[in-house]
Amino acid sequence: MMGGRKDLVIFSDIEIESALKKAANRAPGEVIREIRESGLKGRGGAGFPTGVKWDLAAKADGERKFIICNADEGEPGTFKDRVLLSDYAEQLYAGMALAAYSVGAKEGIIYLRGEYEYLLKGLIATRKVVRGKNLLGKNIAGKEGFDFDVYIHLGSGSYVCGEESALIESLEGHRGEPRNRPPFPVTMGYLECPTVINNVETFITALHIAAKGAEWFRAFGTSKSTGTKLFSVSGDCLRPGVYEFPMGITVAALLKEAGGENAKAVQVGGASGRCVGRSEFESTLAFEGIPTGGSIIVFGEHRSMLGVAKNFMEFFVEESCGQCTPCRYGTTTLLEGIKMLENRKCSMRYLRELISLGESMQIASKCGLGQTAPNAFISILKNFKHEIMVGKQTEQAIQGE
Amino acid sequence: MLASEKEQLHQDVVMFAENCASHRSGLLPVLQHIQREYRHIPAEAMQEVADAFNIHPAEVYGVVSFYSFLSTKRKGKFIVRLCKTISCDLAGKNGIATQLENDLGVKFGQTTPDGKFTLEYTHCLGMCDQGPAMLVNDEVYSKVTLESVTDIIESYIRKSGAHVTQGGAE
Ligand SMILES: Cc1cc2nc3c(=O)[nH]c(=O)nc-3n(C[C@H](O)[C@H](O)[C@H](O)COP(=O)(O)O)c2cc1C
Ligand code: SF4
Ligand code: FES
Repeated sequence: MMGGRKDLVIFSDIEIESALKKAANRAPGEVIREIRESGLKGRGGAGFPTGVKWDLAAKADGERKFIICNADEGEPGTFKDRVLLSDYAEQLYAGMALAAYSVGAKEGIIYLRGEYEYLLKGLIATRKVVRGKNLLGKNIAGKEGFDFDVYIHLGSGSYVCGEESALIESLEGHRGEPRNRPPFPVTMGYLECPTVINNVETFITALHIAAKGAEWFRAFGTSKSTGTKLFSVSGDCLRPGVYEFPMGITVAALLKEAGGENAKAVQVGGASGRCVGRSEFESTLAFEGIPTGGSIIVFGEHRSMLGVAKNFMEFFVEESCGQCTPCRYGTTTLLEGIKMLENRKCSMRYLRELISLGESMQIASKCGLGQTAPNAFISILKNFKHEIMVGKQTEQAIQGE
Repeated sequence: MLASEKEQLHQDVVMFAENCASHRSGLLPVLQHIQREYRHIPAEAMQEVADAFNIHPAEVYGVVSFYSFLSTKRKGKFIVRLCKTISCDLAGKNGIATQLENDLGVKFGQTTPDGKFTLEYTHCLGMCDQGPAMLVNDEVYSKVTLESVTDIIESYIRKSGAHVTQGGAE
């Protein structure tokens, strides 16, 4: 299932215990400096520098601090965290402990999406093993006063709860509605305490950096996007699965590895990402190129791209928390528009209005969900206007038969 | 609800509330527990929870209505959730959907009359490389085919001794 190369960064061998010991023998500030120098940016999508986040939390006032692992993995087309949670959980716990040591936190939480409840047993069993090795618990790695443990919270089926402020609301027993920011979680997060929230992959990558050094990590990837990234590849390709590639790989090179060279388009970044047509296949997957949390969905020649846009928009209509108007009204209006296009009932003037509505949503929505919901629709229109307005539409929208 | 069920519910809620010192962070775990035990969150339970956490029942309802895994309507013993998101769609989820409706004799969103199965759609399950994917309660099934999906349902029917009327949905 694991595609291709296994031995770059995340899937490279690591001595977990000695990694944590090595870190615990340094001052917390030194560990944070190593992470900063590595250039590691968050792997959950937004790409905030991890070392900076940890530093802010370390310097924030508060007796009680939290480390939260965002294991809500709800972005369509993403499944790399599922693989990490099932096969690399020991590294995840150690990575969270590393963060805890760096910022001075004693409590950790894994927010596990409800759909992954079947992973819970394994996570609990691994936690027991990890506690047995003294990588969680009291005086971790033999270091006096390095106490940290992790509790697992199960989600209840809501995509927007992956957004960090909604995740905190959810943990506190509320509806998962995103908050206004600032304040940011690093100063006022869970229970109003300084809180670090990172993606599963981010914690594991940080552990490897602590073990092998910033310089080793920077040797992978590009100068602006250091290291490697896990990609979840699905759709019309011969070898779907999880791949680790250096940041900066081109879409074309990735397609070759996965056996998807014949694609007519690729959706990069899931429903909230954008559709990339053939003319852009030489673009790079990196923060300075096409940024992504790692979801890659491949579309073959026979697929109806309007059907694809419709599937994504239905997703957003159902997952919008409904708190703000641009998103609530915008997603339903765009879906209506897509249905009009499907029925050949959309004037060019109205289509332009829809695009401008989408652009307003990108600016005026309160959180990332509404800000990114129009992306797929707008980029699919840009790349496939002819197919959508003129070309023959298949009767079965996406399946293409 | 039976009187004995009510008493059990009360004890459970009090225990959960005590565990978290009635802090609201314990709210979702207790609601998840009630959902699991009673297959829905009955009105009495919302009242119990509101009392235990010192909040208004409307607050509890607000939370219950937000999360797709919590419901005020009673669900079947087995909840079948088929992924309808893009990669599973590409992998042929439509055929599976029809097959499920035919095998269970209900439409999506419905529960079989004997209360054994609820059929629902869900969004991406994180199995996109192995679609079509579905969950039955918390068991995940991937690469389901027209044949295997029927076998899966059959295995649950055997597990529960349930009798499900065969034949197409109306
Ligand atoms: C609607 C929405 C959903 C999100 N879902 C996730 C998710 O499932 N997992 C995740 O790690 N980050 C998700 N994020 C990003 C988080 O808000 C946050 O930026 C991230 O967890 C920070 O971790 P990182 O810096 O390690 O990437 C989501 C953001 C938005 C707007
Ligand atoms: S943008 Fe959408 S999901 Fe985000 S707060 Fe507004 S309504 Fe809720
Ligand atoms: S699209 Fe179905 S599991 Fe991801």
